[in-house]
Amino acid sequence: MDIKLTINGKEIEVPQGTMLLDACRKAGADIPTFCYDPDLKLAGSCRMCVVQPQGWRNLVASCVTPAQNGMVIDTESPDVVEARKVVLELMLTRHKLTCHTCEKDGDCNLQDYCYRYGVTESRFEGKIHNLFKDDSNPFIERDYDKCVMCTRCVRACEEITGARAINVMDRGYHAHIATAFDGELEDSPCVFCGQCIMVCPVGALTSKIAAGKGKPAQNEKVLTTCTYCGTGCTLELNVKNDEIVGVTSNRDAEWSPVNKGALCVKGRFGWDFVNSPERLTTPLIKENGEFRPASWDEALDLAAEKINGIKEKYGPDSLSMFSSARVTNEENYLAQKLMRAAIGSNNVDHCARL
Amino acid sequence: MANYMDIIASCKDKPGGIIEAFHAIQKEYNYIPEEALREAARAFKVSEAQAFGVATFYSYLSVKKRGKYIIRMCESAPCHVAGADEVLKALEANLGIKAGETTEDGKFTLELTECVGQCQATPVVTINSEPVFNVKPEMVPGLLAGYK
Amino acid sequence: MAQEYRVLLEHADKINPESAADYVKVGGYKGLEKARSMNPKDLTEEVKKSGLRGRGGAGFNAGMKWSFVPQYPETKYVVCNFDEGEPGTYKDRIICQKNAQALLEGMAICGHAIGSNNGYIYCRGEYPFVVEMLKKAIGNAKESGALGEFNIEVRMGAGAYVCGEETALIESIEGHRGEPRFKPPFPGVEGLWRMPTVVNNVETFACLPYILTNGADWFAGIGAKSYPGTKVLTLTGDIENPTYFEVPTDYLLRDVIYELGGGVKGGKKLKAVQVGGTSGAFIPPQNIDTPIDFDSMSAIGAALGSGAVFVMDESRDIVDTINRIAKFFEHESCGQCTPCREGTHRCKEIMEKINTGRGTLKDIENLKVLARVMQKASLCGLGQAAPIPITSTLEHFEYEYLRKLM
Ligand SMILES: Cc1cc2nc3c(=O)[nH]c(=O)nc-3n(C[C@H](O)[C@H](O)[C@H](O)COP(=O)(O)O)c2cc1C
Ligand code: SF4
Ligand code: SF4
Ligand code: SF4
Ligand code: SF4
Ligand code: FES
Ligand code: FES
Repeated sequence: MDIKLTINGKEIEVPQGTMLLDACRKAGADIPTFCYDPDLKLAGSCRMCVVQPQGWRNLVASCVTPAQNGMVIDTESPDVVEARKVVLELMLTRHKLTCHTCEKDGDCNLQDYCYRYGVTESRFEGKIHNLFKDDSNPFIERDYDKCVMCTRCVRACEEITGARAINVMDRGYHAHIATAFDGELEDSPCVFCGQCIMVCPVGALTSKIAAGKGKPAQNEKVLTTCTYCGTGCTLELNVKNDEIVGVTSNRDAEWSPVNKGALCVKGRFGWDFVNSPERLTTPLIKENGEFRPASWDEALDLAAEKINGIKEKYGPDSLSMFSSARVTNEENYLAQKLMRAAIGSNNVDHCARL
Repeated sequence: MANYMDIIASCKDKPGGIIEAFHAIQKEYNYIPEEALREAARAFKVSEAQAFGVATFYSYLSVKKRGKYIIRMCESAPCHVAGADEVLKALEANLGIKAGETTEDGKFTLELTECVGQCQATPVVTINSEPVFNVKPEMVPGLLAGYK
Repeated sequence: MAQEYRVLLEHADKINPESAADYVKVGGYKGLEKARSMNPKDLTEEVKKSGLRGRGGAGFNAGMKWSFVPQYPETKYVVCNFDEGEPGTYKDRIICQKNAQALLEGMAICGHAIGSNNGYIYCRGEYPFVVEMLKKAIGNAKESGALGEFNIEVRMGAGAYVCGEETALIESIEGHRGEPRFKPPFPGVEGLWRMPTVVNNVETFACLPYILTNGADWFAGIGAKSYPGTKVLTLTGDIENPTYFEVPTDYLLRDVIYELGGGVKGGKKLKAVQVGGTSGAFIPPQNIDTPIDFDSMSAIGAALGSGAVFVMDESRDIVDTINRIAKFFEHESCGQCTPCREGTHRCKEIMEKINTGRGTLKDIENLKVLARVMQKASLCGLGQAAPIPITSTLEHFEYEYLRKLM
């Protein structure tokens, strides 16, 4: 059943059960959010998305309030604007405001909304919490002096990854994100998937591996498929001067149908080998105990010759092939075909069997 | 002293009973030791981060070691106007610690609390949850002497 | 009419609250018997007709609340809110210590109305001795057969005022951090373990046996028309008799202070009275000729709330008291939503600044803006009510602030 409501003077129809946030967006209103995430359970806690239903005493959080028939909504009433400004100022009051060196600069909800509402500074006095977590892990920077307590990281860790490594600890003004016993990620069930980085609306969680190599907002983005395993997750390579400088998530199901942006530690942090000077770029042939560079033709000919030699001397069953989960199904099919049809051995196996 | 494993096992069948378990653990240990918290998380099938989040949310639960006697000074408005600040000063002076600290001998921990629901006789102090009524600063030395 | 009118506390100290038999001797468990002879719909109607409204603060019609509970699913819960965290309040403790069986009977009556045999009492962690007593009272009632199939389990809070908020309370029973849920869904539809749940205050439940025994009309005829019955009040602060009283709801606040309360302590003049606990408004002397019922209190911008009455004499420093209250809210905010988590802290900071003579007019301006946003945009009643002491004193006692500015 559809219901009718009026949003900023525009009448729209939405199915019963639609949240006001979606209804407002359908009506073309731009609603700012921090804690809302379409892939996570609702929190309704940042109160940035508040709107004014006509005739109601209080504002409502549009992300958790179902649209009702006949509602008349103003998404930018003076009360709404005042509330959003004060929410932003309250966040700024304890925020380590260092946009110039922040990895999130240019793609930060706090920055964007402050710009939108002209919030230059906070009317309240206050200091940062000193919650920066000096965490020795090689992947994730945890600077909770930039945290806005949206709890998206906690929910992503539980609902997407299932690791449940982090949670809110303490209460009220002192509440903050922590592992059990407020320790380091390495001593928690964290698997360093970086889903928490993906959902963080500000620069509180960022990649250590990509730090200083280019702000993600300014990097060229190239969508590709992760080469680490057969799952085939979509990666968003950050490219600068023809070099990969980071990996971010494209969460759009149309572009990232397999993983909706979610990755594992290898896909998210294991890309620095691409430009490594130690990386092999040409086949090597070992002669007299030393490797020397060779061409593909030379290397393949040598391999074919050796394989045929072994086959002739000891029979086809003396050969086996071990293929990889990092290549596609099609390539694995070809691998076993090569073994069975060309070499004549059934000794084929695969690393994903382990 | 009862073993925390037994304590937790005895609450395990209450759905959502982890807070009951924490109460029972504290009754024995006066705080929630790390190992007990880990065991409670296992028994109630929640993550350690969740159990820790719960333990640090409630002001009557503590994950830090505390003294044998936990003294709480009520600070809420009715006790405040009845002179809670002076009583607190007397407690701090007599114990030689500040609110939130434990005496070196591990005997007393001094904490602040909000209203404990005994406002007919303000200001109120509780010692291991037993309320003491109409406390005056000059009563403090005698009061403390009663705890061995 | 400066008399107490005792219904819930009529037999206080004359019966053993743990003993069902004692309670039966003074007419107890008749209400439940009558309730069980009615069909649940009629029972709910009867309670609705009595006009009984929640005694926990929000003043919602109890029968109406029950009527929102769907018939299915079969698993439903009756939860008693005995968190009693509002400073200056201890009336639920008194009701339990004097008349625990009435609470148990009331919960069972509600159970019959909504079709539930599962009761929980959530008692604040500060009352371990009451928990022990309640457990014995429940055991005794079960043994005597008075409760029939209805079961009651007691759970203990652990020092969190916010767990008095019904959805935070539910989270706490479930073993979670006591963070309020957004509403809707309301507990009546999706409460404890996501099942339909009625949450009522101790006093609300304890009224039910008397409504059933004496009839809805009898109850509706006591006290104020729109908020009938009696109310247990607790008096604190600068008052001659700092104790509890049960009065009809049309009782004047003036009489509470000057008749039952024996007047301001030491014969001093009254400066202000705060009704409803620490989240209540400060009422100036010119407004005390108001009945204490819910709507009359609302009409003067105050709230009956939990029924705590905190009296301040002429020598009291309003700003210092508000500073203390601001600390309370900072300590008790759950920390979930931005306006309250950050706002209660900033309120406390600004109050501290003003209280120590470092404040400016700008600070008062900031307080007002902050208060407005907290009231309008916080997730739950804690953040929404936290600024009320500030705004009400800025309204009635502004000079106390001004004289402390730099
Ligand atoms: C911050 C906060 C604290 C509350 N504390 C209590 C409490 O201690 N006891 C209580 O009965 N209701 C309390 N309430 C009200 C409950 O949410 C709920 O309205 C009440 O338990 C319903 O019962 P009633 O209709 O019988 O009053 C509180 C509400 C808020 C927002
Ligand atoms: S998190 Fe956002 S607002 Fe904060 S420093 Fe970084 S870019 Fe600036
Ligand atoms: S990296 Fe993954 S597992 Fe670790 S905290 Fe973040 S979301 Fe959880
Ligand atoms: S770290 Fe980021 S995602 Fe987590 S609560 Fe803070 S702002 Fe939100
Ligand atoms: S208003 Fe305060 S107590 Fe309520 S949800 Fe928000 S932070 Fe928590
Ligand atoms: S986005 Fe709606 S409350 Fe955070
Ligand atoms: S105010 Fe201190 S016990 Fe209630």
